[in-house]
Amino acid sequence: MEFPTHSSPYLPLRNDLSRLMATVMLALVPGALAMFWFFGWGVIFNLVIATTTALLAEAAVLRWRNKPVRAALLDGSAALTGLLLGLALPPLAPWWIPVIGSLFAIVIAKQLYGGLGYNPFNPAMIGFVVLIISFPLQMTLWSPPGGIMGLEATGFLDTARLVFTETLPAGASLDSITMATPLDESKTLSSLNLTWQEILSDPRFGNYGGYGWEWINLAFLLGGLWLWKRDAIQWHIPAGMIGSLFLLSLLFYIADTDSFASPLFHLFSGATMIGAFFIATDPVSAATTPRGRLYYGAGIGVLVYVIRTWGGYPDGVAFGVLLMNMAAPTIDYYTRPRVFGQRGEQDD
Amino acid sequence: MVTLLEKPATFPGGLHLPSEKSRSLTEPLTSAAIPARLHVPLGQNIGEPAEAVVKPGDKVLRGQLIARSLGYISAPVHAPTSGTVRDVGDYPVPHPSGLSAPCIVIDSDGEDRAAETGLQMDRVYEADPADIRQRVRDAGIVGLGGAGFPTAVKLNPGPDHIVDLLVINGAECEPYITCDEALMCCRPDDIIEGIRIMRHALRAKQVVIGIEDSMPNAIECLRKELERVGETEIRIVAVPTRYPAGGEKQLIYTLTGEEVPSQGLPIDIGVVCHNVGTAAAVARAIHHGEPLISRVVTVTGAGVARPRNFDVRIGTPIGDLVEQAGGYTPDVARLLMGGPMMGFTLNSDRLPVIKTSNCILAASRAEAPDPPHPQPCIRCARCADVCPASLLPQQLYWYAFARNLEKVQDYNLFDCIECGCCALVCPSHIPLVQYYRFAKTEIWDMEREREKADLARRRHEARLQRLEREKKALEERRARARKALDKKPKAGDADAKKAEIAAALARVKARKKETQAATGQADGGNGDGN
Repeated sequence: MEFPTHSSPYLPLRNDLSRLMATVMLALVPGALAMFWFFGWGVIFNLVIATTTALLAEAAVLRWRNKPVRAALLDGSAALTGLLLGLALPPLAPWWIPVIGSLFAIVIAKQLYGGLGYNPFNPAMIGFVVLIISFPLQMTLWSPPGGIMGLEATGFLDTARLVFTETLPAGASLDSITMATPLDESKTLSSLNLTWQEILSDPRFGNYGGYGWEWINLAFLLGGLWLWKRDAIQWHIPAGMIGSLFLLSLLFYIADTDSFASPLFHLFSGATMIGAFFIATDPVSAATTPRGRLYYGAGIGVLVYVIRTWGGYPDGVAFGVLLMNMAAPTIDYYTRPRVFGQRGEQDD
Repeated sequence: MVTLLEKPATFPGGLHLPSEKSRSLTEPLTSAAIPARLHVPLGQNIGEPAEAVVKPGDKVLRGQLIARSLGYISAPVHAPTSGTVRDVGDYPVPHPSGLSAPCIVIDSDGEDRAAETGLQMDRVYEADPADIRQRVRDAGIVGLGGAGFPTAVKLNPGPDHIVDLLVINGAECEPYITCDEALMCCRPDDIIEGIRIMRHALRAKQVVIGIEDSMPNAIECLRKELERVGETEIRIVAVPTRYPAGGEKQLIYTLTGEEVPSQGLPIDIGVVCHNVGTAAAVARAIHHGEPLISRVVTVTGAGVARPRNFDVRIGTPIGDLVEQAGGYTPDVARLLMGGPMMGFTLNSDRLPVIKTSNCILAASRAEAPDPPHPQPCIRCARCADVCPASLLPQQLYWYAFARNLEKVQDYNLFDCIECGCCALVCPSHIPLVQYYRFAKTEIWDMEREREKADLARRRHEARLQRLEREKKALEERRARARKALDKKPKAGDADAKKAEIAAALARVKARKKETQAATGQADGGNGDGN
């Protein structure tokens, strides 16, 4: 009897790229729901527009490069890039913001480098940084988190009109329907020489991480922990990032409680949790050795703190991730694990 | 000095795999029928293949030498049964390449008459270890765990080494395979006897048998046997079941907490490791005079009707074994030799069982699915998390893919044991092990080429030097001749003529001497060049 042959191992393979991406997307649901709860329909618009654009752009470039389109779209990586970018954008941003961001992320940051697996930078964060540098005004269009000071989140129709035609609801001004994020606001307020105790008394700062934002971060933390439990990510990068951000902010907070925000504020404000569990853990552009991943995460944490505290932008996750992307190959090179049976470096 | 740990150490990486072992253990270990025709390959071991000493038409007896070993790392081959040599030539053999190799084809006469082998030994525990080694060598015994390294070589630690610990490997960590477990349960006497002979031959200070804790029956059988023979110096340690616990380096680490040096041998840390099956084969040879002509083979998988273990004569066609295990089921999709992690697929069941065939796995499509189409590597590094050698499989893959053979060695490619854990967990379904094998063979190939080129270069340089020397010698001779010509006295008187003749003779003599010296020098020069 004749049989077909191929290379070992022969057991059914355990993991699958599409399943891995789907797990990550599923883990984003609690955070996305929390954002929807506080920021309304704009979040959904961003997600839909960014993801659709990402998929279309991926398909177009793959066709142009004569690569199989279906398999690549089904792996879910383009959709995930779109989702992550969509979650990073302000809810009242006009429709072309997610479109440009997604196009840049997929076409320039991913496909021009060779597609999945070859991009040195996190595509979603490239898209985000391009937007925040090019369109600073549109990138501040955060609505007030629903329920704050008795304000309602902008309704479906009003949001749709705002996003697609850039017309404001009757009788409203841009200032009346937007509100600076706590990270942004804290910068402005501390430049007015207010102490942190005074800043935190503002209702926008919620209990510890900013009204709404603390819940959103908690939800992303929940999803992230589930990812870790499901073995979809390793603990090193989130632990490194959260750990270094916590330690650094604690250090400054202890030194001067008036001028520096508390560690709790840093951990549960802005993009900390989605950054630590979903963005920094993008395997393609991160460091890969166990020790390297810890350093890589810690580096992001430090950069986030530095940019938030002394930099020109309200949040530093995107810049932190991209800067550490650049360092990842070097980190990998210097953190190669000791091979089984090789003596330690001291003995060499 | 290595010492046994009280609590087993945990080697890095590894995977928990489905065991699938119970199905082949439901029926007892029996001898398989001797087929009418056997194909006995000459190369069944690591090292040099053997050289046939029989020719077509020769009558052979069971256990008779039919191919002698060539060199130190080699093993002789014996007739698995009595009969007539039908042919000596190239036939398909079980090898990943699917190529043919030299085989001796024997037609059985059905009588299975035994030859006197002279392997048997009385008073073995008073014998010289060298004598035991020679008999193990003559019996054609190779490591039966799968690699097939000649056992006699591993019984010779050399004058520079003291064997602190003899590790007997009964871990059998790959799914489906149960040949060692069956042997431990059915023939513990052979195993323990073989271990004692090996201990004597190696003058090993301690002996330990490492068995996966998923095989309590095997542990119990060996323990009872130790009790029966009153042996108290052999320990049995149950090691945690986790693939690849039965890898030599992994097992030694589990038992002792010591790492075998990278690209080194266990003997470098005073350890020697042998498989339980090998130990039993040694006992059969020394006590019963039987060379290695049979082995235990697991025939299993959803593709056979009645999975079980057989004691099989070397050279038996795999198809015959499957037949005796109830034949194929309709589900059969793939035929493997060895386990599903480190074995290889066979293209046909007409291939013979050889000394290293521990398992015939007739797998269904569900058990061994078609390899899915590979997707790009996303550097998730799951491969690194499961690598028992703590390598960076993902980096190795990129460098192997780019054919960067220097970098791939920099990342310790040759510490890879090809266990397959990385490929099993890769979400992109990249056949990683295949890339590593490819890179390894490319490197071996390159090294062979380099050696060849080196030799050619050295030869060429030596030749240039010789030519140069010859040229110089010639020029010197000419210069001297010219000088002599200038000094030549005017022709005329007889004395002068005589003197001229004498001078000419002297010149001829000198030239002769010079040529001799020059050839001598050239030879010496060649020697220096090499």
